[in-house]
Amino acid sequence: MSDKVKFKIDGKECEADQGLNLVEAAKQNGIYIPTLCHLEGVKAAGSCRICNVKINGRFMTACTTPVSDGMEVENSTEDIKELRKIIVETLFVSGNHYCPACEKSGSCELQALGYRFTMLVPRFPYAFEPKEVDAKSTKLYIDRNRCVLCKRCVRSIKTKDGKSIFAVKGRGHNAMINIDHELAAQMTDEEATAAMDTCPVGSILKKERGYFTPIGRRKYDKKPIGSDIEESVTI
Amino acid sequence: MSSNIQSIVEKYGKNETRLMDILHDVHCENGFVSDEEIKEIALLLNISKVDVEQTLTFYHFFSKNPRGKYTVYLNNSLVAKMMGRDEIAHTFEKATGTKFGTVSDDGLFGLYDTSCIGMNDQEPAAIINGIVFPKITTYRVKELVKSFRMGSSVQDMINSFGGGQNQSELIHAMVTNNLNRRGAVIFSDYTPGEGLEKLKSMSPEDVIAEVKNSNIRGRGGAGFPTGLKWDFCSKSPGDEKFVLCNADEGEPGTFKDRVILTERPSLMFEGMIIAGYAIGAKQGILYLRKEYEYLKNHLEFVLNEFREKGFLGKSILGIDGFDYDIRIQFGAGAYVCGEESALIESCEGKRGEPRNRPPFPVQVGYLNQPTIINNVESLSSVTKIISNGSVWFKSMGTKESSGTKLLSISGDLKYPGTFEVEWGMSINEMLEMAGASDVKAVQVGGPSGRLIAPNEFHRTICYEDLPTGGAMIVIGEGRSILETVMNFMDFFIDESCGSCAPCRYLTVILRNKLKKIIDGKGVSKDLEEIVHWGKQMKIANRCGLGQSAANPILTSIENFRGEYEAKIEKGKDYDTEFDLNSAIIESSRAVGRFPEA
Amino acid sequence: MSKPIVATTSLAGCFGCHMSLLDIDERILDLIELVEFNKSPVDDIKEFTKMCDIGIIEGGCCNSENVHVLKDFRKNCKILVSLGECAIMGGLPAMRNNIPIEECLQEAYLNGPSTKGHNPDGIMPNDEELPILLNKVYPCHEVVKIDYYLPGCPPRADLIWNALVALVTGDEMKLPYEVVKFD
Repeated sequence: MSDKVKFKIDGKECEADQGLNLVEAAKQNGIYIPTLCHLEGVKAAGSCRICNVKINGRFMTACTTPVSDGMEVENSTEDIKELRKIIVETLFVSGNHYCPACEKSGSCELQALGYRFTMLVPRFPYAFEPKEVDAKSTKLYIDRNRCVLCKRCVRSIKTKDGKSIFAVKGRGHNAMINIDHELAAQMTDEEATAAMDTCPVGSILKKERGYFTPIGRRKYDKKPIGSDIEESVTI
Repeated sequence: MSSNIQSIVEKYGKNETRLMDILHDVHCENGFVSDEEIKEIALLLNISKVDVEQTLTFYHFFSKNPRGKYTVYLNNSLVAKMMGRDEIAHTFEKATGTKFGTVSDDGLFGLYDTSCIGMNDQEPAAIINGIVFPKITTYRVKELVKSFRMGSSVQDMINSFGGGQNQSELIHAMVTNNLNRRGAVIFSDYTPGEGLEKLKSMSPEDVIAEVKNSNIRGRGGAGFPTGLKWDFCSKSPGDEKFVLCNADEGEPGTFKDRVILTERPSLMFEGMIIAGYAIGAKQGILYLRKEYEYLKNHLEFVLNEFREKGFLGKSILGIDGFDYDIRIQFGAGAYVCGEESALIESCEGKRGEPRNRPPFPVQVGYLNQPTIINNVESLSSVTKIISNGSVWFKSMGTKESSGTKLLSISGDLKYPGTFEVEWGMSINEMLEMAGASDVKAVQVGGPSGRLIAPNEFHRTICYEDLPTGGAMIVIGEGRSILETVMNFMDFFIDESCGSCAPCRYLTVILRNKLKKIIDGKGVSKDLEEIVHWGKQMKIANRCGLGQSAANPILTSIENFRGEYEAKIEKGKDYDTEFDLNSAIIESSRAVGRFPEA
Repeated sequence: MSKPIVATTSLAGCFGCHMSLLDIDERILDLIELVEFNKSPVDDIKEFTKMCDIGIIEGGCCNSENVHVLKDFRKNCKILVSLGECAIMGGLPAMRNNIPIEECLQEAYLNGPSTKGHNPDGIMPNDEELPILLNKVYPCHEVVKIDYYLPGCPPRADLIWNALVALVTGDEMKLPYEVVKFD
């Protein structure tokens, strides 16, 4: 049996299992901490930095921080909101995000964060850096224009014997997701679909699939990302 | 399957955590690692090809493509530029007929920029096929290229020997020590084994207590109390414990560890052994930056000597159960690997991406075991603390900063080099000591530190006032602060691991904004924005590199605002770098609207 | 009091944003009551005849003419609004930004499915009357100062309506979740 701990988020009394990461712990208490690279059940990357919160006065990423007793967390101060918005805008300008032409539009988590933060225009100049599209795999294609390097695919998609299908290549702003074509070719259709669903944006796409859901019925058409958490207080 | 690759992979026990060594060895064969070789390595290690590639492509000195028979890595850091690096680069390009970043058509020459190579006291400097060419002149460039064309080996071109151990047979380097001031700790008189001798009458707890009592703090820059780190590690549960010595010394402007590695490697190794004894480790690893590969034989020789003397191996000094050895782990060109958790990742054969904390390395470090990572200078100091006692050590320096500090001083001054001083020296005193006058600014602690103006030169070098890892770049009157900052921003962009979104691209945004201001297109709003965005870097990123990547901009605006304001357009609230004429050049040419010039 | 004057234009856009403006349906009658249109495809006034209060820009800048028109708008309008994804970030035309311009031209005039073999002299459009392409498609705010942004492809009619009413009345702009979209 795991121990419960009490902590506060923006003054609200919360309770969760000790050691649970703060994103999930907040979720159990009906509080949404915005994330992008986080994927429940997969080792935290802490790379998008969007879940930055202030814990006992220090900025930390919620996805990498286990909750502990007496924690005082700030999640919605103006400076935190501003930081998150800046990160989202950074991601928009550093990639080539043509939302109107994207298969994932309406169900894209990056776009949804843009909506949630009412981003009308990123404050930064667009990079328009050329990025490669890799369509060599039989089942998937990788559009690096849309990639936010969350590494969800790297962390969660492996072959049955544990080998990586995706990995990062290069470093800094030249870093990109690399795919092992031979291993990817052995993926089942279900695995390929799962890979597409793992990607928060439209960077990993299953071939011959796209624009399945009509506008108006997509994931984030009507309600902001995180609203399901905020509407479902469990305790 | 090439038998060569097989034997290399087998040499490292088919262990994927030794991937750095495997790649290093394969790379040494041809100067690159081909796709075919990547495949073979992956197969032998039973990992995926992309996993091999992700490590390979992370490091600056690893390549998937040939980089020429003679591969020139020319430092492009600030001081190199101050010392005329651009002219050297130009001469290289002209002489070889190829551009930086490319290989000549005949495959003979590859020219590459590289971040600070730890030779700021003898710039401009280049590394050619692993050999350091300091104080390079245009004459020398022409001579080198001509000789290489005629088939000379790089070895053949060594035409001088630096002082001290640099001229020993094991090093044979043109590098000079420029040890301009010896102090009481690191470069005092020393007999190898003097610290170890004391261990016979000390328990590991005694050692930790002594180190704690000395108040020594990490010399790499962060300043964490060394004794406390050891204490945490010693108390952390783990199957095995490790001592890592950080000899990555990547902060532009620092080169003091190079002098320790050259002149006092025993002092450092002894510190590593003492650390191993204190925390109960069986293995120590010296993480050595690839730039210092020329010291390899020298360091291996010292390690072998230690083994012969019984300082390494089984039951060291006859202490039952004290088994310990040290190996050298090479980096391959990544500043971020100086960050301790990135260094661990690199030692494990991975990309040098800093880890999330908690857990801390003292709890979960190398191979997920409790690990301490200490700087070369810290460990060297520890040997003397054990040898001479903590009371002696504390008698030097200031209240919170005990002992001495090595400073790497370079830039616009008469005597660039390494100086061992007691903590508490003022910047004014330091400048006088090193023969600097007409100083406009000092970059304290390298690009990740602070750029200070003369009104702060009364401040003292110590943890209480101006803490530093020791890099001191002196910037003379007449230098442009904005160009200085630009060089630092380019550095941070090149060296970002790319993991955190803000560090990966906000750095580029900041750099571009700075360029806009330098180009005379900045308005006052740009200045406000650059500060506001820069501040986000401090709070948003995971590691010290990312958190400090905006420091050059922030501290220079704080201390040299006038230089920025002089560039700002008055009375405008908007300007853009968009220029219609330059925007239409390409398509005009393509359709032939303007005749080609 | 005279009515606020509105001008609109479509640069490198598809006129979809203008269509969306018409999507405000019967409210267009209210709009006519609220504002007066000057230079705009809506009334076919080709040149500015007076200083305008609000300039609405659809599309980004893909050629020299777009830049001239945009600068003309900046000069003649007190407030400029970027309407839609193309004005805001270049939109679909900007998908060419990662391809060298020469390659784009060759694909369009020499090697494309409809031109291959039909342009034996390799002629590229190069009449002085023709605007010249820019090296890339620029968002409007990277060329001139823009005051407001209304995203969408096209922006929802309700967003346009809310914005116009707010700009004309000086009330705060309403941005309900469902109308602020990037597609």
